[in-house]
Amino acid sequence: MSTTSHEQRPDLASESGSGSGSESGSVSGSGSGQPAAPGCGRNRRLRGLLRKEWLQILRDPSSIAIAFVLPVALLLLFGYGVSLDSKHVPVGIVIELPGPEAASFAGAFRQSQYFAPVFYATRQEARAALRAHELDGIVVIPADFAQRLKGDRDAPVQVIVNGVNANSARLLSAYVQGVWSTWMQRELSDRLIPVVQPVNPETRIWFNPEVRSRNYLVPGLLVVNMTLVGALLTALVFAREWERGTLEALMVTPVTLREILLGKLLPYFVLGMGGMVLSVLMALFLFQVPMRGSLWVLAACSTLFLLAALGMGLLISIVTRNQFVAGMIAILATFLPAFLLSGFLFDIDSMPVAVQAITHLVAARYFVAILQTLFLAGDVWSVILPNAAALVLMAAFFLGLSRRRLHKRIE
Amino acid sequence: MSTPLAASDLRKTFRSGKRTVTALDGISLAIAAGGVTGLIGPDGAGKTTLMRLAAGLLVPDAGSIVCLGHDATRESLAVQAKVGYMPQRFGLYEDLSVQENLDLYADLQGLPPAERPDRYARLTEMTGLGPFADRLAGQLSGGMKQKLGLACTLVRPPRLLLLDEPTVGVDPVSRRELWDIVYTLVRDEDMTVLLSTAYLDEAERCADVILLHQGRVVGQGPPASFSDPLAGRTFLVTGPVAERRRLQASLAKRPGVLDAVLQGDAVRVVTDAAHPPDCDDLGDSVTCEPVSPRFEDGFIARLKDKQDHAPLPGVADVVAAEDEAIGVDGLTKRFGDFTAVDNLRFTVRSGEVFGLLGANGAGKTTTFRMLCGLLPATAGRLRVAGVDLRRAAAKARGRIGYMSQKFSLYGNLSVRQNLDFFARAYGLRGQGVRERLDWALSAFELTDLADAESGTLPLGYRQRLAMAAALLHEPEILFLDEPTSGVDPLARREFWARINALAEHGVTVLVTTHFMEEAEYCDRLVIMAAGALLAVGTPAEIKARAARDDRPAPTMEDAFIALIQQEGAA
Repeated sequence: MSTTSHEQRPDLASESGSGSGSESGSVSGSGSGQPAAPGCGRNRRLRGLLRKEWLQILRDPSSIAIAFVLPVALLLLFGYGVSLDSKHVPVGIVIELPGPEAASFAGAFRQSQYFAPVFYATRQEARAALRAHELDGIVVIPADFAQRLKGDRDAPVQVIVNGVNANSARLLSAYVQGVWSTWMQRELSDRLIPVVQPVNPETRIWFNPEVRSRNYLVPGLLVVNMTLVGALLTALVFAREWERGTLEALMVTPVTLREILLGKLLPYFVLGMGGMVLSVLMALFLFQVPMRGSLWVLAACSTLFLLAALGMGLLISIVTRNQFVAGMIAILATFLPAFLLSGFLFDIDSMPVAVQAITHLVAARYFVAILQTLFLAGDVWSVILPNAAALVLMAAFFLGLSRRRLHKRIE
Repeated sequence: MSTPLAASDLRKTFRSGKRTVTALDGISLAIAAGGVTGLIGPDGAGKTTLMRLAAGLLVPDAGSIVCLGHDATRESLAVQAKVGYMPQRFGLYEDLSVQENLDLYADLQGLPPAERPDRYARLTEMTGLGPFADRLAGQLSGGMKQKLGLACTLVRPPRLLLLDEPTVGVDPVSRRELWDIVYTLVRDEDMTVLLSTAYLDEAERCADVILLHQGRVVGQGPPASFSDPLAGRTFLVTGPVAERRRLQASLAKRPGVLDAVLQGDAVRVVTDAAHPPDCDDLGDSVTCEPVSPRFEDGFIARLKDKQDHAPLPGVADVVAAEDEAIGVDGLTKRFGDFTAVDNLRFTVRSGEVFGLLGANGAGKTTTFRMLCGLLPATAGRLRVAGVDLRRAAAKARGRIGYMSQKFSLYGNLSVRQNLDFFARAYGLRGQGVRERLDWALSAFELTDLADAESGTLPLGYRQRLAMAAALLHEPEILFLDEPTSGVDPLARREFWARINALAEHGVTVLVTTHFMEEAEYCDRLVIMAAGALLAVGTPAEIKARAARDDRPAPTMEDAFIALIQQEGAA
């Protein structure tokens, strides 16, 4: 490679200014000294770039904000604020004719942690409350409930659900179904009527027995956080160098493209890993997410994902050379897919086939699969290895393309 | 010694939208070792492209360029290790301190740590940056930033130094200091310097000049070789001071006259042959005397195509109700505890071209914004077009036009769309819009470019468009904030011809400028420094104040620097 530090410098005569005496400073020693070893110059250039990058990160509050404040805020928001479990759902119970059976059934709702029941005597009142958004659903226990229950006929219960939010409506009706069947079983066994059920499913939930959504949301968030630093922040800071003209001045120094790229990659790699460590600590100690895999696998896979994200960020800024455009593209191409298409919030298997195909292009998808496995299941190599291989491919692709697209030219 | 930089049949074109722009059209040149070679040419002549090719940042379409013995295209890394290149906008890291910027470039250019203390001491002594070592580069003044950029380029002394318009937008004091640094380098460090500039007076400071025009070399030689052929063809025509603008316009139209510009109270004329301009019909009070030619005359003589710009047809004569267009008394503006403008007092008479001169940060733009009613004054009396700005700013604004320092039109709209938008923004409707649009397009010779995207136009055209937009509503007073910064000399002349024509029709023009020769075009001017007023008067009066025994006829730049230094000493 470059042996640039070898070339002959003109011998600078240190001459006392003849003529005007004001600038008689001696210039001896500058340039004409011993030539440095080639490797030494390379290291020094890289060190200079790294130190510059680091100073810029420290002085730019927005870098710190994106790297540390935003991830912590997201973690707190998702860890505490957002939960995909329904609990204490306000539901209206209409008891048209009070009686021991109706009271017992209504009592089943009161015992459940999923419901916050409110009792009404007529359907009209309950409907008004539903319209006023005070209730998410209504369960009507009809006047002939007890009578029908004693007879051979079905004892129908009417369930009205606010279907505006389809997801919570489905959850709610399923919960009501659950309360109903539990109550029926107990009721029948109390009365010594044998329950005839063809199949008796005994559900056991693995890996996340309490079905805490936090347990899979928090690992998923780590992916979003790394995407922020790896792709968004890197794209912004590199595009800024084009915009401010600092790259043009760099290009005419003996610095090589590899040094320029490394000078960007290394600091943001460290920053991204720092954010990752912080997030993992929060996940383990603040949110009590279990960690069943090994830390070294976590570190290795995070490295792979971060390299892929950095590669995307660099490529975006090399192509756009403009902070605004780079920021928008980074959000659209990396940040939003990490949220929506990675399987972190929405199950990939329930997406349309075309969208499922697209998710294969999203690096976050592979990392989400790895993280959820590592945290909740353990070192399951049959999951980790193929996903890690995909990350290796993506990192190599994006970094390689960035290197090819970056030229020491300004056209 | 072999030539440090040689180009042969160098060609380079760029695509800009659908148009192909030829930046360099087969140029061949060689520059001499150990001296300052000036690369001079109008905007878009190809100066920056040549610099970038020499630094190996661009690949030529054809031809070759050899820099310090290396082919700049194929061995760009070797070239980059040896040359120092300072781009037009040197990308300093603004969130790094002066010292940190220097350290970075010392690392990048491989300056061994042992040599750094000496080199730093030398550079800070040259640039005067010593006291600011710990200051962030973003907080330096424009001139200081340029000096730091130069220092970064020079950390490891290069054999060839490429400077792309280093003095653009830099105030005269800093400009003089930058030149001193360049001379010192050539003398003490045996450096060869190639410097591009739009300031013609800087050409005379070079040992050798390359004149570039439309991608071709029009001439190369010492500055005198450009001005000498004009011996006997340059004259100073003096008439009644009040009539000088009319005299200039009249002279410029005469056959045989290549160029006529205002210089102080007189008109400087360049003719196409060695005879004086025909002054017989101008009256007895007009005298004509020969003067020695300067570089600018030679430049204009070589480049000016004798197409007559019919200046501004159809400007309605403005009859101002008041004799006083602008009256300012005790005008003060404070931002927190920083006083940007301190107790200004001056008046501008109707129909006058009035200049505001000052270094960067002197308070010119702040003053302008207050006069336009864009910024409320902290204290003082302020009357514009007979209206007290503190009470009726909106009313006054309808009677003034404002052209800001930066291009403030919409770059992705066409010329016509921009004009249409501004016409409507000023409240014109229907027929009025069409009439003023037609006027603007023809008066500013923009008809051919009406549908071009304005952001892709050369700077000179964009400035024309901006001025046209400011005149759509036929204002009585026109404010121009550094209208010609970075514009080449030909476009600047044209611009001033339009300003003069406006003034002839009674429009009052207030203009800020960095160009000292432009101060000569003003009827009266003020010089500002650090928010305060240093001098008011006609160009001749102000120059007279700087006259000394050893300098009987100071230039405007001498006067400016003398005033600033007096103020600093006081």
